[in-house]
Amino acid sequence: MSYRLSKQEVSGLFEKLSEKYDIYAPKRVKNAGRYSETDIIQYAKISDISEVVWDEKSTYPMKEVLSPIQQTIFYFTEDEYRESKGKTRPMLIFARPCDINAMKVQARIYAGNGGFVDMYYQRMHELARYILMPCSGGDDTCFCVSMGTNTTDDYAMAVKPLEDGMLFEVKDEEFAPCFEKAEKAEFAPEFVKENELTAVIPEIPDKEVLNALKKHPMWKQFNGRCISCGACTIACSTCTCFTTRDVIYGDNPEVGERRRVSASCQIDTFAKVAGGGDYRTTAGDRMRYKMLHKFHDYKARFGESHMCVGCGRCTARCPEFISITVTLRKMNEAVAQIRAELGR
Amino acid sequence: MTNYVQPKPYEIISVKHETDIEYTFRVATDIKPEHGQFLQLSIPKIGECPISVSEQGDGWLEFTIRKVGKVTDAFFEKKAGDVLFLRGPYGKGWPMDEIRGKHLFVVAGGTGVSPVRSLLNYCVKNEGFVKSVSLICGFKNCESVLFKSDLEKWNEKFRAWFCLDNEEHEGFHKGFVTAYVDQLPLAAVKEAGEDYAVVVVGPPPMMKYTGIELLKNGFAEEKIWMSFERKMSCAIGKCGHCRIDEVYVCLDGPCFPYTVAKDLVD
Ligand SMILES: Cc1cc2nc3c(=O)[nH]c(=O)nc-3n(C[C@H](O)[C@H](O)[C@H](O)COP(=O)(O)OP(=O)(O)OC[C@H]3O[C@@H](n4cnc5c(N)ncnc54)[C@H](O)[C@@H]3O)c2cc1C
Ligand code: SF4
Ligand code: SF4
Ligand code: FES
Repeated sequence: MSYRLSKQEVSGLFEKLSEKYDIYAPKRVKNAGRYSETDIIQYAKISDISEVVWDEKSTYPMKEVLSPIQQTIFYFTEDEYRESKGKTRPMLIFARPCDINAMKVQARIYAGNGGFVDMYYQRMHELARYILMPCSGGDDTCFCVSMGTNTTDDYAMAVKPLEDGMLFEVKDEEFAPCFEKAEKAEFAPEFVKENELTAVIPEIPDKEVLNALKKHPMWKQFNGRCISCGACTIACSTCTCFTTRDVIYGDNPEVGERRRVSASCQIDTFAKVAGGGDYRTTAGDRMRYKMLHKFHDYKARFGESHMCVGCGRCTARCPEFISITVTLRKMNEAVAQIRAELGR
Repeated sequence: MTNYVQPKPYEIISVKHETDIEYTFRVATDIKPEHGQFLQLSIPKIGECPISVSEQGDGWLEFTIRKVGKVTDAFFEKKAGDVLFLRGPYGKGWPMDEIRGKHLFVVAGGTGVSPVRSLLNYCVKNEGFVKSVSLICGFKNCESVLFKSDLEKWNEKFRAWFCLDNEEHEGFHKGFVTAYVDQLPLAAVKEAGEDYAVVVVGPPPMMKYTGIELLKNGFAEEKIWMSFERKMSCAIGKCGHCRIDEVYVCLDGPCFPYTVAKDLVD
């Protein structure tokens, strides 16, 4: 069912919803950007619907609501690791199709891989409901249409803000009672059909082509360009890697926390081991590892989709102007060359 | 909901000094791993790391730990009666069904002996589990020899070659393990029309060259298994550190068939 609410009704609705739900949305943080007097747009709890940023892509992805950059997983003493308490209030999260589709990738790893369901992810996932927000086509780094992540039906409600109110499509019965007195309307969410950018994913038919691609000279150019800062993976909608760390409190060395902190495969300590293991020592090696995970390895393991929703945040955040779509184009050329040489 | 990363406290029964930098910790626990699996060991404040089970018995497990960094150093402060935190077991161990009833060849180097120790002792205790065991076991030098009393036992029960990389010493050959691969009695096994399995574990270069040497000497690719060591943080397929291509070492390994292992390029 779809409805049209006036501005006042919208305020009233979200006021009422916030009695039960914590509401998260992309929110502007003034002057927090990389350059002076630039803002960032980041997911945060909102207390008023006017805080939602509708017309610009968020700098950082929605995944941060469910799997924060840093979280405490245990409190420990000398003789016990005590599980951290999770959130108990359900969440309503404003999100675009790319961000909602990215959560499928997160779930496949956190709640599926190896048959282990990660409790810390799952307890947040179970509290989350999505409000689909419209997207006008993104910016000059987006390529969701190429990745097939421009549409979704995985939401509780869809909305479209108007000058004098808001349109709602209510899919989840849980929210129907809030609309009993509302004016019915014709509304179904529209999805982006075209981006400025398109991306073609190279077909890697077998291990021989894969391993030849790993050795291809194309990766060497990143040795001079990529500074291995990890900004691209922190901004990525789908990256899931983390490191576990014990932290002690300054005033009492016997107690502390075990934390889970986002990790980046672009940083040289990611795979370093004690005792001789020497893996991916150059920025080029690490770029190759990231690109192949996004556009080959993940799909090879899980089947369905690639591990990229085309949100373009990695391109937007890279201080060295390394573009994922340009890198993909180079990968395509390298694969074509290798396939021709190997005759497949 | 099960919390798969919850460490639980267990008491250390004894600590044996194998070398200056390698101690074996016997811990009281009812956890029953497969041969070749590993656990995550924790010390609050310091952190956590993956360690293979080097031997198991009724109500205890042994871990042989080399002192190389932050967490492993902290284990060396621990004494009998102290507590270690464990979670696991994790990963895929040695393929017991592929080994049972066959001739077993083992090539192990350094701390790599640790993940095959419980398998070898299982073969000692369960006569008839395998038809025979041939073992090449290498260490850097005299000071780095591990599991001395096991070595004696294995020397009695198995065909064994013990070697030191660059030292002459009684009871040891001089040279790398790869130099003795051609002495493994593969021909006799093949002549008798019998089947075999090969297990290789050690530092990455050692495994690479042992693999090459095995193939050169007529061992079949699909009968070889190797155990991999990679950086790990979660051991349950979430943190990504151990991934190579579409493979997660913590889930799909650490023990891999050679046919899979040979194509994995980090
Ligand atoms: C499945 C599996 C089984 C294992 N079994 C055992 C076992 O039975 N016994 C055992 O002793 N160990 C075993 N290990 C290895 C053990 O987990 C590591 O030695 C341990 O995690 C090191 O942790 P640490 O905190 O002591 O070292 P850290 O403090 O992390 O110190 C090592 C760090 O220093 C740096 N570093 C040190 N040496 C090097 C190097 N050579 N090259 C590059 N960087 C280096 C790296 O940043 C590395 O992370 C196993 C590992 C795996 C994955
Ligand atoms: S790889 Fe880049 S474009 Fe793809 S999901 Fe991650 S940040 Fe977005
Ligand atoms: S690609 Fe760019 S953002 Fe990513 S690590 Fe390299 S320099 Fe940093
Ligand atoms: S150790 Fe975390 S994914 Fe394997």
